[in-house]
Amino acid sequence: MKRYYFDYAATTPMRKEVLKAMQLFWQKQFGNPSSLYLEGRIAKQAIESARAKVANILRTQPKEIIFTNGGTESVNLALQGTAHFYRKNFARPKIIISTIEHPAGLETAKALKKEGFETAYLKVQKNGLVDLEQLKQLIDEQTILVSIMYANNEIGVIEPIPKIAQIIKDFRQKHQTAFPFFHTDACQAAGYLDIQANKLGVDLMSLNGGKIYGPKATGILYKREGVEIKPIIHGGGQEKNYRSGTENVPGIIGFATALELAQKEKEKESQRLKSLRDYLIKNVLETIPKVFVNGDLKNRLPNNAHFTILDVEGEALVLKLDEYGIAASTGSACHSKSLQPSHVLQAIGLPNEFIHGSLRITLGKDTTKKDINYLTQALKKVVQELRELSPISLKLKS
Amino acid sequence: MKKTSTQKTNKKKKEADVLTKGNPWVYSETVKDHFLHPRNFMKAGEEEKFQYNGVGMIGSPVCGDVMKFWILVDPKTEKIKDARWRTFGCASAIASTSVLSEMILRNGGMTLEKARKITPNDIIKELGGLPDIKYHCSVLGDKALRDAINDYYRRTGQYDKIEPEGSRVIDKVLKITEKDIEKAVLDGARTLEEVQEKTKVGLGDPTCIPLVEELIRFYREKYNL
Ligand code: FES
Repeated sequence: MKRYYFDYAATTPMRKEVLKAMQLFWQKQFGNPSSLYLEGRIAKQAIESARAKVANILRTQPKEIIFTNGGTESVNLALQGTAHFYRKNFARPKIIISTIEHPAGLETAKALKKEGFETAYLKVQKNGLVDLEQLKQLIDEQTILVSIMYANNEIGVIEPIPKIAQIIKDFRQKHQTAFPFFHTDACQAAGYLDIQANKLGVDLMSLNGGKIYGPKATGILYKREGVEIKPIIHGGGQEKNYRSGTENVPGIIGFATALELAQKEKEKESQRLKSLRDYLIKNVLETIPKVFVNGDLKNRLPNNAHFTILDVEGEALVLKLDEYGIAASTGSACHSKSLQPSHVLQAIGLPNEFIHGSLRITLGKDTTKKDINYLTQALKKVVQELRELSPISLKLKS
Repeated sequence: MKKTSTQKTNKKKKEADVLTKGNPWVYSETVKDHFLHPRNFMKAGEEEKFQYNGVGMIGSPVCGDVMKFWILVDPKTEKIKDARWRTFGCASAIASTSVLSEMILRNGGMTLEKARKITPNDIIKELGGLPDIKYHCSVLGDKALRDAINDYYRRTGQYDKIEPEGSRVIDKVLKITEKDIEKAVLDGARTLEEVQEKTKVGLGDPTCIPLVEELIRFYREKYNL
C-alpha cells in the first residue's frame, strides 16, 4: 500500500545529496580525526570544512560550533553546561524556560531543579506565543540562562526570538552584567527560518540534522565565544573538550550538507508548503464538523497544521489513519507512555477532553496537493467512523 | 547477466525480511481486529429502535475516556440476550468493549451473575494481551457492564441485587469491599502485602487474591501512586 507521510516534524527522510556527501566517509575515508597520519588528517579536514560551512550559514566563527549527537544532546549541553559552569557565581542560580519547550529542555530543567537550581517557567498565551511581560518580571540578577524555543514542534508556533533577545540585552545593560545568557532550541526552525545567530541575538542555539533531511542523531550547539559551558560527556577531549568522543565524521558531513541545502531552499519551499498547508486547513475545516486549529496562524512554521477534532481520541485516530496509509501524530494522553496529555496543549489552555482529539499534520519535501486531497478524504471517513462509536458529544466552546 | 538478476532479487528479499520481521503492530491481532471491525456497537440512529432493559455508563479516571453499555436481559433466565456499546477512547478501549460484548453474548448469552464477575484480566486474556499501561482501558468495560446490570435490577425492582460500584465484596469471608482496597491504597499501601497488612484481604478467601492485585494496580493508576 502506498504510504502518505505527514509527520515531518517527527523526522525527515535523508536527501540523496546528503547520502552522497556522506558516502566517502564510511569506508574509504574512515580515519579518526585525532590521528596524525594522512587518514586522520583527511577526516579532520573534512569535519573542519563542515564546521566552516555551518559557521558561514549561522554567520558565526567556526570555533563557535560544537558538533553533538543530535538535538537533545545539544539542548542538554547548553542548559546543564552553562548552569554548572556558572553556578558558583550565584547565590540562588536560576534558569528560565518556557512551558512549551521540547522534553529535552523541560526534563533537563527538572533535573537541574533537583540539583538545587531555581527554575522559572515562562507561560504562553492561548495562541502559543510567550508572554513577554512575564519574561521581564522573571529575569533577575540570579538568572544564568533563559531558554526559549524558536519554533514549537507540536503546534508550529514561531516565538519572537529577536524581541526576547532585546529584553535580555536591556536587562544586561541596565544591571551592567553579562547575564542571563539566551539559548534557543531551533531544531524545528532550521528548515524554514533564518538562523543567523547575531540577527536572532542568541548566545546559544541547538540544531538537529534529523529534522532537516540530514542524518538522525547529528546536530550542533552554537556557543558564542565568551560563553562558557561545562562538558557533560568526558573523554578524549574532542570538540575543544566540550564534547568528547570520536567525531561522527559521516554524520557531521551529512549534517552540514543538509543544513546548507535547507537554508538555500527555505524561501521557496516555505512558500510552497504554506500554500499546501493553508489548503489543507481550509479543506478540513470545511468538510469536517467540530474541528478547530491550534496555535497562532500567522507566526507559524509553513509546514504545520494542528487540529483538535472533537469526540474522537487521538491514538485511535492515528491508528485508523495508519490503516489508510497515513502517518500523523497526536498529543492525546492515551498515546503517551505516561498517559499524560501533551504539555504544549495544556500550556495553551486546552482542556483535557479537547487534547484527546488532537492531530498534528506536518508537511515536507515530498508532499503534493494530491496527497492533501487524499488525507482530507481519509480523515473525513475515519472521523466519521470513530464518532459513530463515541457515546459523547462535546460542544465546540468550553 | 542471470547472476546479477538473482543477486538483485536476493537483495530485495533480504531488505523485506528486515522490514516485516515479527508483527510490527502495536497491539495483538485480536485487538487490531476488534478495533478496526468493532462488533455489536450502537450504530447512529439505532438507539430508538434497540430494545434494552439495562443501560450503564462509566468514565475513566485515568485519561477521561467514556464507555456506555446497553443490555437486553431475558427476565425468565436472566441471561443477556443482546447488547450494544459505545466507547470514546483509544484503540484498546474500543477493542476491549467490543470483545466484552462478544463474551457476554456467546452461547445464547451469559447469566447476569456470571457477567458481573468478569474481570479486566478476563477481557485482556480474550484480547490476547494488552500493554501494561493500557490495563485501565479494559477496566472500563467491565465497570460499564456492571453499571448496566445494576440498572436492570433497578428497573425490575430487584433492589437487593444491586451492587453499587465500590461496594462489591471482594473477600466474601471477611466481607472486604472494593472501597476498602481503594482506601488502603490511598493510605499508602502499594503492594498486596501492604494492602493485606491494612485489610487482611485474602486471608479469609484466598481465591480473591488475583482480583485484589488487579484492583491495587487500578487504584494506583487512578490516583497516580
Ligand atoms: S482509553 Fe486512554 S489509554 Fe486507553
